[in-house]
Amino acid sequence: MFAYLAKRVIQAIAVMFVISLIAFAIQGNLGDPLRELVGQSVSEEVRQQLRDELGLNDSFVTQYLRFAGNALQGDLGTSYFFKEPALDVILKKLPATLELVFGATLIIIGFSVPLGVYTAIKPDSILSRIIMGLSIVGISIPVFLTAILMIFVFSVEYGWFPSYGRGDTVHVWGYWETNFATADGWMHIILPSVALASIMLPLFVRLIRAEMMEVLQSEYVKYAKAKGINPWRIYFVHALKNTLLPVITVGGVQIGTMVAYTILTETVFQWPGMGFMFLEAVNRVDTPLIVAYLIVVGFIFVVTNTIVDLIYGLVNPTVNIARMGA
Amino acid sequence: MTKFVRSLAAAAVVAMAPVAYAETTVRVAYDADPVSLDPHEQLSGGTLQLSHMVFDPLVRWTQDLQFEPRLAESWEQIDETTMRFKLRSGVTFHSGNALTAKDVDWTFDRLKQSDDFKGIFAPFTDVEVVDDMTFDLKTSEPYPLVLHTATYIFPMDSAFYSGTTADGMDKAEVVKHGDSFASRNVSGTGPFIVSEREQGVRVVFDRYADYWDTESGGNVDKIVLTPIKEDPTRVAALLSGDVDFIAPVPPTDLKRVEEAEGVDLITMPGTRIITFQMNQNRVEAFKDARVRQAIDYAVNNAGIVDRIMRGFGTVGAQASPAGYLGYDEALAPRFDLEKAKALMAEAGYADGFSITMMAPNNRYVNDDKIAQAVASMLAQINIKVDLQTMPKAQYWPAFDERAADMMMIGWHADTEDSANFHQFLTACPDEATGNGQYNSGNYCNEEADKLMNQSNAETDPEKRAVLLKKLEGILYDEAAFIPLHWQNLAWGAKSGMNAAEIVNALDFPYFGDLVVETGS
Repeated sequence: MFAYLAKRVIQAIAVMFVISLIAFAIQGNLGDPLRELVGQSVSEEVRQQLRDELGLNDSFVTQYLRFAGNALQGDLGTSYFFKEPALDVILKKLPATLELVFGATLIIIGFSVPLGVYTAIKPDSILSRIIMGLSIVGISIPVFLTAILMIFVFSVEYGWFPSYGRGDTVHVWGYWETNFATADGWMHIILPSVALASIMLPLFVRLIRAEMMEVLQSEYVKYAKAKGINPWRIYFVHALKNTLLPVITVGGVQIGTMVAYTILTETVFQWPGMGFMFLEAVNRVDTPLIVAYLIVVGFIFVVTNTIVDLIYGLVNPTVNIARMGA
Repeated sequence: MTKFVRSLAAAAVVAMAPVAYAETTVRVAYDADPVSLDPHEQLSGGTLQLSHMVFDPLVRWTQDLQFEPRLAESWEQIDETTMRFKLRSGVTFHSGNALTAKDVDWTFDRLKQSDDFKGIFAPFTDVEVVDDMTFDLKTSEPYPLVLHTATYIFPMDSAFYSGTTADGMDKAEVVKHGDSFASRNVSGTGPFIVSEREQGVRVVFDRYADYWDTESGGNVDKIVLTPIKEDPTRVAALLSGDVDFIAPVPPTDLKRVEEAEGVDLITMPGTRIITFQMNQNRVEAFKDARVRQAIDYAVNNAGIVDRIMRGFGTVGAQASPAGYLGYDEALAPRFDLEKAKALMAEAGYADGFSITMMAPNNRYVNDDKIAQAVASMLAQINIKVDLQTMPKAQYWPAFDERAADMMMIGWHADTEDSANFHQFLTACPDEATGNGQYNSGNYCNEEADKLMNQSNAETDPEKRAVLLKKLEGILYDEAAFIPLHWQNLAWGAKSGMNAAEIVNALDFPYFGDLVVETGS
């Protein structure tokens, strides 16, 4: 077990190294940050001087080594735009994103389970067909389009929900301010959460439906039915339990995808989270912030994957963890 | 009334004020927020918008591009190179310090150190303090743009910005890409105080109680500025009533905002010209003025404004917009396909040739669509265009390399003066002087440069106008570049805000003068 753990940690470090290298290589191709920092009529001479000051004229290797050396001490550089350590900027924006993801997750769980189970039990009913049809539509519409449509319908036309931002937040701890403590905060988080959930919800409905249908064909369900157990008990206790295992595994992987979709959702709703911050940073060529974001997101991925693998090995003894590490 | 009773009465009024009048708050959404609270860190629209709220200039532009006294009460030319300014008395900074000529002197020195501003202040040598309320602004040569430049002098509180911070940093320092005292702390003379700021999320301004301009009817107590980058979201925020004032209104939503109830659309011709340059060093044919004219004749400027810009631009045939000294209304946009073909044939290019073209796709309004339209227009005179569009972050390095035969460039003159267009866009490129820094066409005409130099030393506006018009005429005759249009400006505002009174072609609304009708 210890050997496996050590192996996984070394792997994780190697992956982080590669991520940092790639993130750092990308920044050279993002364009010239100086154009965003100075006015149009500033002379080339002054710009060169600033590039020198920023260390942009050094070779790739020099720049990378300087970056890596600082990064190992927890310093991922200073954002040009925010004029603060990039890591601080990201950590300040993180709670807003996490709350948004949390809101979307609640919606996904709350709707996908009943809808998935229903469409599995009654695959031929009209309602099931409508749900499945809508899920195709949901998967195919890009998330930013859903978001803009929702703003125009629910904010502009009906005026039910605010159109942008986080509204009133309540400070909880450290950088964490929550939306869930005020009515205004709740109103602000609903539309973005729905938009973010819109892409993932249909996927989960379909997944639960497929798994559920398979389980319903299995011998033990047939046996339970034969024994005369209440069908709802069979569906929601016996069958659902076995359905959810693979769904949770997929769900873990999809959380990563969700981070990517937060970029679009946050941008449309002007949600002050790290996805919005990242897109802005790309537009402003705020390279230190871009690199730091990629590294932080990469780090979150690597850590969660490592933990998931470890837990998987512990929970399911048939998985040979010694071989997995090889 | 004894002094005691008076102050008691005053206290009572202050205590009752929140009950008597509701606070007037205006929520503003721009597409970006200022990068810094330091007015000298970056020369950009965002910075100037902030400066007009928190600071105050010596003089400022009116809606019809005239000068209006602000912190400078009056001025007079006392010799060829000296302008004497008289400061308004009784003006205090937000810190409580009184404004004196010393602050102007200090601010001038700081401007000279700012990378972004020192170019504009290059012709100026010094500010000499005469007395507390009087100073002389000196230039090395006679210079016609003294007042133009004075619009950039927003006196800073020299006492407030002097000394060192707790961790030993100089408070006066201008830092381009990092933390500095001035980028986070501010004391100006302007109508508003920054009371809260989270960069990229919101800035809150409160009215400065001791603001000097009591003649202004401005009644806004609080402004909440939110940057909303996404066009549809910004428009939705206005239409749903979540904000009161937005800028810019994107061309696609002009009609929507105009027709919506409860909101007004305000538009005005802007001063940024959009052009194409033809690189004579890369393409032999571009050296021939007839080929350049042919291209100008082939491009349908009016069609582009009409269809791509949806009428939201002013068709141009020169760089200077109306109101600038060099603007010559006699210069008409060229569009005549037959004439274009004839000119191509005359120059020996009836069969045409192939060129490359580059344009940004997120810098100017509809920039990539305009480039596509121009490319297809050129196909009609047998010029085959290989077009590449890219985000501005990649475009500028490509532009510096002169990476394509035809490149798009938009320009707004920081000095609000015709000579500035020529200096950067069409003057003979010269690394020493910085002339022609953005002349990717490598157009060079010594006579034009001479006219520019003459006009830069001519202080008589009428004589200057003659020189600058002549300069524009030469560039037009020679088709030195392809002018397309000036982008219009558009703001959206809640009805009854009187927002039309405070906007201007330079796009820094004077919120201090905003009179919001407060319902009974």
